[in-house]
Amino acid sequence: MNIFVRMANLDRRWIFVFLFLVVSLAYFLRNVTSVPVNTTKEVESIYNFIEGLDPGDKILLALDYDPSSLAELHPMSRAILLHCYRQDVKVVGMTLSQYGAGMVEEVFRNVKSEAERIYGKTVEYGEEYCFLGYRPYPAFVILGMGENFRIFFPRDYYDTPLDDLPIMHRVRNYDDLECVVVIESGTAADMWLVYGSARYNMPLAFGVTGVMAPDYYPYLGNALFGLIGGWKGAAEYEKLLEQEHDANRGMLAQVVAHLVIVLFIVIGNIGYFVSRKKTKIGD
Amino acid sequence: MKRRVPLMMVFVVSLFMVVQNFVPLDEWNWIYQFLLDWTMIIGILSLLLGMWSLWKVHTQKIKRKSENYGYSFITLSGLILMLIFGFFPGSGGIENYWYRSFFYYIMVPIQATMFSLLAFFIASAAFRAFRARSVMATLLLLAALVIMVRFVPMGPLSPIVSDAAGWILKVPNLAAKRAIIIGVGLGAVATALKVMLGIERSYLGRD
Amino acid sequence: MMENGPDLVTLLWTTLAAFLTLATFSFLYKDNPLYKIAEHLVVGVSAGYFMVLFLWTSLKPVLIDRLIDGQYWYYIPAVLGVMMWFRFSKKLGWLSRYPIAFYVGTSGVAIPLYMYNNVNRQLSSTLDLTLGFGSLAHFWNIIIVIGVLTGLVYFFFSKEHKGAFGGAAKIGIFILMIGFGASFGYTVMARISLFVQRIASLEEWGVMLYTYIFG
Repeated sequence: MNIFVRMANLDRRWIFVFLFLVVSLAYFLRNVTSVPVNTTKEVESIYNFIEGLDPGDKILLALDYDPSSLAELHPMSRAILLHCYRQDVKVVGMTLSQYGAGMVEEVFRNVKSEAERIYGKTVEYGEEYCFLGYRPYPAFVILGMGENFRIFFPRDYYDTPLDDLPIMHRVRNYDDLECVVVIESGTAADMWLVYGSARYNMPLAFGVTGVMAPDYYPYLGNALFGLIGGWKGAAEYEKLLEQEHDANRGMLAQVVAHLVIVLFIVIGNIGYFVSRKKTKIGD
Repeated sequence: MKRRVPLMMVFVVSLFMVVQNFVPLDEWNWIYQFLLDWTMIIGILSLLLGMWSLWKVHTQKIKRKSENYGYSFITLSGLILMLIFGFFPGSGGIENYWYRSFFYYIMVPIQATMFSLLAFFIASAAFRAFRARSVMATLLLLAALVIMVRFVPMGPLSPIVSDAAGWILKVPNLAAKRAIIIGVGLGAVATALKVMLGIERSYLGRD
Repeated sequence: MMENGPDLVTLLWTTLAAFLTLATFSFLYKDNPLYKIAEHLVVGVSAGYFMVLFLWTSLKPVLIDRLIDGQYWYYIPAVLGVMMWFRFSKKLGWLSRYPIAFYVGTSGVAIPLYMYNNVNRQLSSTLDLTLGFGSLAHFWNIIIVIGVLTGLVYFFFSKEHKGAFGGAAKIGIFILMIGFGASFGYTVMARISLFVQRIASLEEWGVMLYTYIFG
């Protein structure tokens, strides 16, 4: 039997085992070699925007994702939060993901300690950041925040009235914030564009999963001032921030996995053309 | 009463929502804010229906002893335990230790792993199904290959591949996605107008 | 915590997480009871998690606290919300039409916003030839204009795709295919990321276990 035909009939579990072993090995060898990461304009523009903010400026950071996409989006959230704390930019946090609240709250808590350790600054809840929590129905929440945060968030995640948080003093709606950065894994991204940007025209940037990234290029320049796409985008931001962490550590595994898949595609196609040629000759 | 009033309600409320978008007067902004607020409350209360539905599906499965009904006990146990952790008097609600631990050590790993299985299926599909059978399939394949190898270190070739990937994303991909966005936008507006004018009424259900 | 070695409780929880991760991965071999247990467990726990979160952080501040504060007008949306529960009743199902109508009516806000976001804004950006990508900016902008127009022609099914119209639709589908290819390329990265993160979490558990046993 032709080798390509035999490979085509291979039990797919062998493919799974191969991928599992190769990617795991590449991940464990992450300290042996590193992968250079080139930065792109889309990511640089978010970095430059935050870099250009003055100490005390405030931004809204919406972390709208759940455990199913934490791999790609946690590194982005961490990098942006660290950047804000480094620049003394205050962060109003929230989530529109129903399974994300606990996880997002943990991100805020962890990055606070990390920033204190790295930059030697005090990052206090209510002063430097706050977490408003979760609300269902993204479209209405986004519209509501454009009028007044207190409509849907009279209290924060920990049940503290918003007016008792110093960070929320003189913050009524998007007009009182420098920009909105949304780290997103679902359909709420479109809602931020439609109900947020189209209605209130605030500066908006997205960090999205790899699956979503190509869909938001048409908004660059007209609704979005920047876009971080998937793991590679997160690695770019980490590099710009000079805080290479999870995303950069996983780049070798990414490269190897991609090469494996490219190899699969190439072998599959060679097999396809060889068998097609044989069929034609047979005819 | 059963159909006409709801239809009129849809028309009046949506007409107001459209008009206030173009004429944002302070005098009626409070109505707009109230409508948003009230809609959220209606939505919040209707979410409880979903929970009732989940409960009903699994209890009926157990009652009827349907195939694999034993697993429904697991689903209901998970649900009941979380409700106890969150609502038991003095439990601390969302700050409850068990509630948080179940989230971090049960929900997060299972959900994250379930989605990671897709990596394997995509590899298998790449091997078996991703074929250059036609010009269109070849274009799709080439674009995918360039995007995939864009961050693979290839020495002097790297900047060329990186530029090619940037071009694909910012020229043909942008055009394709923009065409889709415009199409979706026109479709959404047309459907919304049909609903507003009472031409589309399926959301009311049958009598 | 790790500086002095992990404590037993954290180790046990992390071991449970690692076991559930492997149980879910077992689906790659074939569907099996371990996977089914994990699958059903996550449905129940997720629903319970959401319910608790939702009642404490959404229903309470947005409705219950306000009613307790004496803002009695909130009884109106509350009653409308409760009417929604009659949706599955054969006799009183029509009552649910009122809250649905209210909800659908408010969604009318989407009409001008979708028109602006998806249509006006996209068309004006397409026709704005000053937005450039690289040194051949104007040329690529013309390609984008052609791509968008032909892509729209492809989606126009009220006229048969024949002659010049058919030719335009053909160019449109080529452009769309490149777009889908880009999405596929990115999707691979997304899926691999999820897997790499699971490997990282298993490694973390392994290190924790090793540290606990061997110090």
